[in-house]
Amino acid sequence: MPSSIDIARQTLLSPADLQDHDLNRVMDQLLSPDIDAADLYFQSSRLESWVLEDGIIREGSYSIEQGVGVRAICGEKTGFAYSDEIRLPTLLEAGRNARAIARSGNSGRIRVQPVQEPPRFYEPVNPLPSLSEEQKVELLHRLDREARRQDRRVIEVTASLVAAHDVVLIVGSDGSLNGDIRPLVRCNVHVIVEQDGRREQGSSGGGARRDFHYLLDQDRALEFAREAVRQALVNLEAVEAPAGTMPVVLGPGWPGVLLHEAIGHGLEGDFNRKGTSAFSGRIGERVASSHCTVVDDATLVGRRGSLSVDDEGTPGQNTVLIENGILKGYMQDRLNARLMGTASTGNGRRESYAHLPLPRMTNTYMLPGEHHPGDIIASVERGLYAVNFGGGQVDITSGKFVFSASEAYLIENGRIGPPVKGATLIGNGPDVLTRVSMVGDDLQLDAGVGTCGKEGQSVPVGVGQPTLKIDELTVGGTHA
Amino acid sequence: MPEQRPPSGEEMDQRQARLEQMVEDLLREARRQGASSAEAGVSQDSGLTVDVRMGELETIEHTRDQGLGITVYFGHRKASASTSDFSPEAIRETVQAACNIARFTTEDPCAGLADPGSMARTVPDLDLYHPWAPTPEQAIELCIRCETAAREVDPRISNSEGATLNTHAGLQVYGNTHGFVGSYPSSRHSLSCAVVGREGDSMQRDYWYTAARAPEELEASEQVGRRAGERTLARLGARRIGTCRVPVIFQAEMAVSLLRGLVGAISGSNLYRRSSFLLDSLEERLFPEFVHIHENPLLPRGLASAPFDSEGVATAPKDFVTGGVLKSYALSNYSACRLGMRTTGNAGGVRNLAIDPGEQDLDGLLALMDRGLLVTEMMGSGLNMVTGDYSRGAAGFWVENGEIQYPVEEITIAGNLRQMFAGLMAVGNDEERRGSIRTGSWLLESITVAGE
Repeated sequence: MPSSIDIARQTLLSPADLQDHDLNRVMDQLLSPDIDAADLYFQSSRLESWVLEDGIIREGSYSIEQGVGVRAICGEKTGFAYSDEIRLPTLLEAGRNARAIARSGNSGRIRVQPVQEPPRFYEPVNPLPSLSEEQKVELLHRLDREARRQDRRVIEVTASLVAAHDVVLIVGSDGSLNGDIRPLVRCNVHVIVEQDGRREQGSSGGGARRDFHYLLDQDRALEFAREAVRQALVNLEAVEAPAGTMPVVLGPGWPGVLLHEAIGHGLEGDFNRKGTSAFSGRIGERVASSHCTVVDDATLVGRRGSLSVDDEGTPGQNTVLIENGILKGYMQDRLNARLMGTASTGNGRRESYAHLPLPRMTNTYMLPGEHHPGDIIASVERGLYAVNFGGGQVDITSGKFVFSASEAYLIENGRIGPPVKGATLIGNGPDVLTRVSMVGDDLQLDAGVGTCGKEGQSVPVGVGQPTLKIDELTVGGTHA
Repeated sequence: MPEQRPPSGEEMDQRQARLEQMVEDLLREARRQGASSAEAGVSQDSGLTVDVRMGELETIEHTRDQGLGITVYFGHRKASASTSDFSPEAIRETVQAACNIARFTTEDPCAGLADPGSMARTVPDLDLYHPWAPTPEQAIELCIRCETAAREVDPRISNSEGATLNTHAGLQVYGNTHGFVGSYPSSRHSLSCAVVGREGDSMQRDYWYTAARAPEELEASEQVGRRAGERTLARLGARRIGTCRVPVIFQAEMAVSLLRGLVGAISGSNLYRRSSFLLDSLEERLFPEFVHIHENPLLPRGLASAPFDSEGVATAPKDFVTGGVLKSYALSNYSACRLGMRTTGNAGGVRNLAIDPGEQDLDGLLALMDRGLLVTEMMGSGLNMVTGDYSRGAAGFWVENGEIQYPVEEITIAGNLRQMFAGLMAVGNDEERRGSIRTGSWLLESITVAGE
């Protein structure tokens, strides 16, 4: 099998007839004694999506995104330019713009050299043609039928399939040449149910860095359809959510968005280098109860957030963020690692060639504890059991974060009670995990639908956690 | 450093002609490949982004974005494709991909171009193009002045996320096989600043920004910085409050998000999917009688102005809510057809939507509320569009006797948007004008605040 670097060269450089000596020339021009680091990021992406609505395949679309980003770094200063055209003259022009932050003339002598390929955490496949168009369309129709078959109260079904094939080639300041082929598929089902004039929604989905067969294996996609209906029907029975501070039990898997918001962003290197994070300067301190160990792990095979190499050419890693409650480390890209005197943790990610890399999460999750999930719920007299969430947000500086429950139940006398309407939960990142008193033995990762936004850039991520109990969290319902 | 210079009028005319030709070529190629009708758009935009932090340059970003998209119809089967690569091979691949996908989508009687009669007949000049192109040195200087003003507000402003200047100018072209081709140039400039304050162990951050089509309409850089500094300072020492039901004022920037909820609920795509809490609500009273909400897509220099919508349909001023009563949905050609209605020229969204301002400024509203919560920041998405249920994280100020007492944080506010609209008591004259939705602050009847 050809290496990822060979495939990436073939895809990105061959059409423009760009040779290694051309890359040497661009890098030579980019580097000067003032420049600490520079890189070229070539990218070619193909994205395809299909949408079923109201029983018909309403829309299909295809998009091409292709270009090159050129970056030069001098101390804390970054110069950046990009072009949608991959040609030598535009590369040289982008290079001139990017290096304008430095004062003195050229001095570099760079020899582009492919690196030894690091281990791959996904196959270099193109998911787009992994099913025929007929099969994609048939899958969407099956999802529609499966959802409607569940219950007569289902009045609307929307289902979508998305596949992306992303080919990147990265040239580092030392001339190292790195490539990565990143497949990504996703399926979502959204339903509306109606009963006696009351309408509610439910949605479910999943995906992976694999091809479309992942969605067919074990009837995964059909399970999304069933799950969306189940959630919508639960919501039909939902009563007002409570308002106030109370014990909250979070279910396993996707509720791990708690970790992403409450501590993940606050542990990204850029905020900590600048001292603007509520976690700045707190390495070695206790930020969680001793039950909590949290990692950011790019090395899980085929996961949505996994990365064989990050967007700066650093191999994906498993980084311990919190170990038995003690803050161990930050997530770093190269710029922030260098300025903080440490090494990149392989968390340098960018939305595309037209964006600058930033320290970003991959798959962030908490390791399992010892408690049986049933015992955790039984330990709560009155509180909330939240099992599904929408998105979340955090104010890095004050540490306040929110995440929105979309399926939750009251806990009454140690038993799961009636479902409640969706509500936002709010807490303080640096102390929420100190209130974790029980951690379940049932670690789950999410199904693969997460997208994280930072400074206007979106990247796919994963989260996960076992069932856990937070002794005190504020629940934003309407029932005071 | 290399200098950028705005293109001359002649260069712009040439570019415009070239992109229009591209659209026509795309449409012809789609027809050649068998499409019965098609629409296409091309855009090109270039700009400069400069970040300064702690008095030093942090990043200079030269941006140059282009995109081309085509939607083809084979009878009533629809498909689309787009590319950022304008090479002839990529363009051919794009049109082919769309035509191939259209073989597999389903016949949908509503899929197609808007009526030929609804196309914009002229493309009025809305004065949207004011290129600036400062040199990087000038941009850095502006950012430094802005950030310095923020940091000098108070010694407690201890850190900074920096100041950012962003300037963009470009061209957009849209055409379809009715023979319509329209294009217009536009520009957008903004300056923003975010600083961090510290008091004891706790830190707070806040920001301010200014945005305009023309550089001379931007707020002065020192003023932007000062407001960022003052807003951060005001949040220091924030505490929590107990769970309660109290009247709430949404400061203008926050009231925008409530109006955005209205826009979502009256948008065709949510209505025909029965995913809106305002289904079948035309002619219903949603707000008190004093409320009038309208849009003016033709506002000169408006940040959301456009001479035609994203389907080529002529845009025009329109009332959405009159005397508190919902008068119009916001529809594209497709959603209108699904609802048995006509397009309202809102393909691509609402443009310069505004609620009539009231008499009072923010202080006047605080006096009117007497005791309650002033919300100046919200977190999370928190709106269920199907039911109107609303729950978001918030920060702001506790108000007693019509005056701000202290900052509050780590609370939530919750209600139902339909009830919140009905409970609107007053709109301020402190109009927020930096986006596609314009409003003053809103005073609402009691809603639930969750805290300690």
